[in-house]
Amino acid sequence: MNIVACIKRVPATETQPKVAADGMGLDHSALEYMLSFYDEIALEEAIRSKEAHGGEVTALTLGPTEASKELRDCLARGADKGRVSLDPACHPREPRTTPTPTAATDTARGAELVFCGRQATDRDNAAVGPMLATMLGWSCVTDVIELHIDGTSATAKRESERGIEHFRFTLPAVITCQKGLNEPRYAGLKGIMAAKKKPIEEAEPMLVESATEVVGVSLPPARPAGRIVGEGPDAVPALLEALRTEAKVL
Amino acid sequence: MSKIIVFVEANASGTANRASLEALGAAKSVGSDVVAVSYGIGGAALDAPKHIALEGESYSPDGTAADLAAIFAEEGATAVFLASTGVGRDVAPRVAALLDAPCFSDVTELSDEGGLVFTRPTLAGKLITRVRASGANGAAVATLRRNCFGAAEDGTTAGAGRPAAADLKAILTEIAAKEGGKLDVSEAPIIVSGGRGLKEPANFKLIEDLAAAFGNAAVGASRAVVDAGWRPHGEQVGQTGKTVAPGLYIAVGISGAIQHVAGMKTSKVIVAINKDPDAPIFKLADYGIVGDALEILPVLTEAVKGAMAGA
Ligand SMILES: Cc1cc2nc3c(=O)[nH]c(=O)nc-3n(C[C@H](O)[C@H](O)[C@H](O)COP(=O)(O)OP(=O)(O)OC[C@H]3O[C@@H](n4cnc5c(N)ncnc54)[C@H](O)[C@@H]3O)c2cc1C
Ligand SMILES: Nc1ncnc2c1ncn2[C@@H]1O[C@H](COP(=O)(O)O)[C@@H](O)[C@H]1O
Repeated sequence: MNIVACIKRVPATETQPKVAADGMGLDHSALEYMLSFYDEIALEEAIRSKEAHGGEVTALTLGPTEASKELRDCLARGADKGRVSLDPACHPREPRTTPTPTAATDTARGAELVFCGRQATDRDNAAVGPMLATMLGWSCVTDVIELHIDGTSATAKRESERGIEHFRFTLPAVITCQKGLNEPRYAGLKGIMAAKKKPIEEAEPMLVESATEVVGVSLPPARPAGRIVGEGPDAVPALLEALRTEAKVL
Repeated sequence: MSKIIVFVEANASGTANRASLEALGAAKSVGSDVVAVSYGIGGAALDAPKHIALEGESYSPDGTAADLAAIFAEEGATAVFLASTGVGRDVAPRVAALLDAPCFSDVTELSDEGGLVFTRPTLAGKLITRVRASGANGAAVATLRRNCFGAAEDGTTAGAGRPAAADLKAILTEIAAKEGGKLDVSEAPIIVSGGRGLKEPANFKLIEDLAAAFGNAAVGASRAVVDAGWRPHGEQVGQTGKTVAPGLYIAVGISGAIQHVAGMKTSKVIVAINKDPDAPIFKLADYGIVGDALEILPVLTEAVKGAMAGA
């Protein structure tokens, strides 16, 4: 079975962002990057699917050349190949609309399973997975917390406000991975050594013009300063009084 | 002006969910014309000039997306709004792909500036981005965050039935109720969250008691206690958990790490209880108590019970 894990290099979650001088995006000059949190879960599920059903895992990213660092980490954890669809403009694009799925379609076409994260922790779009599936005409279940594959039939569970939703579908499929689906493994020394010999391919993707115009980017307004109402259990009446008369939430 | 299609989804009891009614309210405030498309509410009346009730044997997000895209074309609409719920966020990108339109997720503000401008948080709310659709057809699909828009009024337009798409890929076979029908953090008007400062899982009883004293509160948690297996994943608040904006958020024994704060900092009122006066959570909190949570919680719970009884 050919399996693809779509991964993205994103600003580290500790980032306290700055707005770029033109006011149209993020200042990228002093950022630290990481593999997007949910993509670790996507990669893990891809590797587990390979372990259970055989085949090969390709870790795919649309991004700058530097993203091969994150791909190398994926190879160390157990992916077989990496592929960067080069897109130097990946970061300023906001929010990315069709380019990522378009770039992914070629690689995905020969696959039975594509795993994405629930959302990339930079733009928080939660859109690429189901968009890609729709473009391919495939099944897709999002925010998956449990997955069973049996030949080309599959079932998955996801959580919504309605409860735990159970879905039935057939492969090929795109699955977007939610926390709880698995515990991602770390790369061991052996994996890190093995990763050095695994291939990372660079490709020129077919880029589609963005259908989004950025009007402006800003930092959220700061919250007005609060106050300490007191210490220990004795402060409880003062807190209740504040909640009742000032904040009016009781 | 914009003609907007609004998807109205059902909650577990088969009535229109609140977040969808807010999306409908938002559409009515910026659109010149609005068409509500419902699924699963039995065609119950909505506050929209036109209401199409999809009727299908089985629910499928790809089927609903196909229906919304078809109705968009038939109506000559310019935008599709959905609630930013588990269902809305599942369907919206598929509609966007079918319409070749951008998908703006988790929109918190809308304005009409010669075309719709969408405000949405990125980087878990650390950055605010304003965008508009600029594709050839100008179409946009958006999911609207809960508690940001006024809900539509009670409606008078009953749904005109329309058979839902039949060519389904992923089919919903069952919806299992969540344990004990507990209130979810993403829907609760009050959240009492606990962190590592609770010391051990058994002490979450004190958090549950406080939540129960309010009557309409949900229990939340920091990632530290979720990863430690003290609390279920569904309770995690933060960048890699749920984003919440309740009327009152009480953070107990939570340090206020940037990833936690990202998920709750737009709460209306924030209370922090922490034994460390320098904990970062106090920078954010409207009201703080410095001290041992294990001593403070029982007293606070009794006081809240008293206040609720008196209210
Ligand atoms: C990629 C990534 C994603 C993340 N996503 C999230 C997320 O979504 N949500 C999230 O919460 N975290 C997230 N984190 C983790 C985050 O960085 C913190 O580690 C976590 O929030 C800490 O949880 P905590 O506040 O419960 O624990 P701690 O930071 O250990 O804080 C415990 C607090 O309790 C106080 N305390 C101790 N004893 C008492 C007492 N008796 N009474 C009162 N107070 C007491 C202490 O003073 C301290 O402030 C993420 C981290 C990463 C790297
Ligand atoms: N540039 C990218 N390259 C590869 N995969 C991506 C990229 N952007 C998003 N994805 C995948 O799509 C998921 C959802 O991203 P998003 O829709 O941007 O929130 C991510 O978790 C990745 O699995």
